[in-house]
Amino acid sequence: MKQDLSASPTSASSTTRSSLSAWVHWFFSIENRYLAPMFITCILAAAQWSFGVLESYARTAFAIVTALVVELVVGRLFWGQWPHLASAYVSGISVGILVRSPAMWPYALGSALSITSKYVLRLKGRHLWNPSNFGICVMLLLAPDAVASLGIQWGNYLPPMLIVWILGSLIIWQAKRFHICATYVLSFVLFAYGRSWITGHPFLAEVAPITGPMYQLFIFFMITDPKTTVQTTWGQCVVAFLVALVEMLLRLHESIYAPLYALFLVGPTANLLEIWWHARQSATASAPSPT
Amino acid sequence: MQRRILGIMLGTFFAALIAMPVVLKHFSERHASIGTAPQRAAVTARYGFCFQEVAKAAGIDFTHRAPTLDAKLAHIMPEVTALGAAVSIVDVDRDGWQDIYVTNSGEGSHNHLYRNLGDGTFQDVAAAMGVADVNQASTGVSMGAVWGDYDNDGYEDLLLYKWGRPELFRNEQGRRFVRVTTHAGLPSWINANTAIWLDYDRDGLLDLFIGGYYAEHVNLWQLTTTRMMPESFEYAQNGGRKYLLRNRGDGSFEDVTEQLGITSRRWALAATAADLRGSGYPDLFIANDYGVSELYFNEGGARFREVGKQTGVGFAPKSGMNAAVGDILNQGQFAIYVTNISEAGILLQGNNLWVPKAGTAGESLTYENLARAMGVELGGWSFGAQFGDLNNDGYLDLYLTNGYISADRERSYWYDFSKVAGGNTTIISDAQNWPPMAGRSLSGYQQKRVWINDGAGQFFDVAQVVGVTDTYDGRAVALADFWNRGVLDVVAVNQKGPLLLYKNTVTPDNKWIAFELEGSVSNRSAIGTQVRLFWNGHEQVQEVSGGSGFGAQNQRRLHFGLGKQPHIEKVMIRWPSGQEQTLTAPQIGHIHRVKEPV
Repeated sequence: MKQDLSASPTSASSTTRSSLSAWVHWFFSIENRYLAPMFITCILAAAQWSFGVLESYARTAFAIVTALVVELVVGRLFWGQWPHLASAYVSGISVGILVRSPAMWPYALGSALSITSKYVLRLKGRHLWNPSNFGICVMLLLAPDAVASLGIQWGNYLPPMLIVWILGSLIIWQAKRFHICATYVLSFVLFAYGRSWITGHPFLAEVAPITGPMYQLFIFFMITDPKTTVQTTWGQCVVAFLVALVEMLLRLHESIYAPLYALFLVGPTANLLEIWWHARQSATASAPSPT
Repeated sequence: MQRRILGIMLGTFFAALIAMPVVLKHFSERHASIGTAPQRAAVTARYGFCFQEVAKAAGIDFTHRAPTLDAKLAHIMPEVTALGAAVSIVDVDRDGWQDIYVTNSGEGSHNHLYRNLGDGTFQDVAAAMGVADVNQASTGVSMGAVWGDYDNDGYEDLLLYKWGRPELFRNEQGRRFVRVTTHAGLPSWINANTAIWLDYDRDGLLDLFIGGYYAEHVNLWQLTTTRMMPESFEYAQNGGRKYLLRNRGDGSFEDVTEQLGITSRRWALAATAADLRGSGYPDLFIANDYGVSELYFNEGGARFREVGKQTGVGFAPKSGMNAAVGDILNQGQFAIYVTNISEAGILLQGNNLWVPKAGTAGESLTYENLARAMGVELGGWSFGAQFGDLNNDGYLDLYLTNGYISADRERSYWYDFSKVAGGNTTIISDAQNWPPMAGRSLSGYQQKRVWINDGAGQFFDVAQVVGVTDTYDGRAVALADFWNRGVLDVVAVNQKGPLLLYKNTVTPDNKWIAFELEGSVSNRSAIGTQVRLFWNGHEQVQEVSGGSGFGAQNQRRLHFGLGKQPHIEKVMIRWPSGQEQTLTAPQIGHIHRVKEPV
């Protein structure tokens, strides 16, 4: 009996280790495009369960369903085949979380704008804006009476923030885009120090926004979007730095949604430059060599 | 070719989506509010009423002063001292004319008791009666006051709640007040922003509920730490405790808060009590800043059970600043109005109008927020609001005041505010981390709302048209018939601003009736008494309240508008004692004084 008792923990511990190992193996074998939807769903579920962050279930569901339906219809019409819905799901859920409005229509409109922008605002086969960034920025700019963004809602407590940051970092590492987040966060902190020096406000006040929920979604889902970031690793780091720089300039002009607007400006500009650069290189390569 | 057509169609669709917010805004603005002022007579004819601001003409010249707290808060002083202008209505000497008590908050400033002389003017008698000099740094400054006859001698007594030591003054036959705080056994220090009288156990004695805002161990004039701000913008639970004080009947009160199940430490800004379920006992609703509202069902006077989530009112955290109840649909049930913050493009919490869901009642009672559907959702940085039939058309209207800090018109503090408010709890909870306000405004200079109820489920804002054009930083609103004309006038007090007295002119075509109640077995103020009026196929219920709105108390007299050519079938009165009384065909256009049968 005694032996049994002493054997049990060893056995349990071994089982735990092997199941953990299996989980890690499973985790790192997941196809990248499923990671973001899974992660954002986990964040949403945890945030809603612990804090009730959503304006309402119905509004968030409305945003997601609209994104999926628009993607299905427009994708089918445009490409002649049913599109994969992972991207639309992330866009819909981002709109569902980030848009704050007492009305229902901004959720549908934000999602529809996000998805449609992918098909309309494109060049050389690439869409230029991160879809949800585009949809939310347009809503904030054109419908300020009806729409705000998630800025000060959600818990201000440390444990949930740490969990999201750790889990998010793991997933982004797996997706091989951790360098983008790291560059942005380091740049933000650096610029926060600069803003504190310029404005005379406490450093903690300047660094405070990055501890909030809007940034968790912004950092893990918007600036790392594979479809709307430049292709080289160093280029991605430069763009992340430039987003933080433009954000600082906007913050010095007291723009509340500075990160969203900074990405709105820098992201497509970087993409256009890269498209132009590639076109120039192709042209040079295909030009007849001088004899 | 087909692909090109598809592209054109998609581009057109995309352009339409982008244009949609602008189009929707255009139509919603046309629908929501009604233009600018035509002439008074035309306004009265069209909407049934019109206001004229007459405070100075009536002899009232009051401007609120804010306190100056610990120097460690100097950089955000306008924000942390943005409360304290409060107003409550009382007939202090039982002469049949409604008087006004208004609080001040500057150290050394005086509160005022404006006695209604019955000739359209008021006289300040606060100093003479001993309720003026109550604001000192050592004992705290006023945040509000509520009236109730706690000793059942027929005269309304005064509970003054403060950031500091609450005070109870006994009314001596309407001639003077005696401070009885020590004998009453009130807590030594509460940073309170709400208090109400209620008889929660129906023993005929008025009890007290007081809601703390800052924690009670914080002395705002002598801070030992600057970590006294909310730990979260929407989930804070580090505010002041609540006090439910049972009236022993010998002039003293007993703290039964925890014993009865109230343990919340949310940041309470407003509370009201009403029998929401028809149980006969008053339920308690608390609107909290930095968090969800709380609704406590009263279980037979023996316990309070928090049912916010169960009933739907305690789900989405906002910045609750007002709690008022009214039977807005003439269905014999109360809706609850909670005000929050709405600032275009920044923070759109929207106000809440909690209306009982069809088919739910009693224990199964649940609410849905119909503020948007009924048109009373967006009111700026909203504070006090009260229901009352302003045009006597038979439907309760809604008066709302708003505006947080009006300073430099060109510079806003919103950016810095949102920056810190979204930060981690260690940042937000420490006042030292808050950037200096430096003379900037925060949702200042806002237009008030006077929403008239069309009786078909819609409210329309007519404030600008009916003469409510001020843009002060409004806090408390109270409704009363100051000239005994059968209309509801409005008194509004403003933070660091003047008291405004809006005299109402109502079309004589719309009739009215009013009831002034006096308990005998029940508490003598009749607080908690419900009057249910049946006329022309309508049923409207009202309840005598011991405090509602934000920092406010309406007249105890219940006023019903009846519309044109009314025929009253009956009036049912249910006293807190449980006794029911029916009046048949009471005279219209008359104030009925009804005493509870022994």
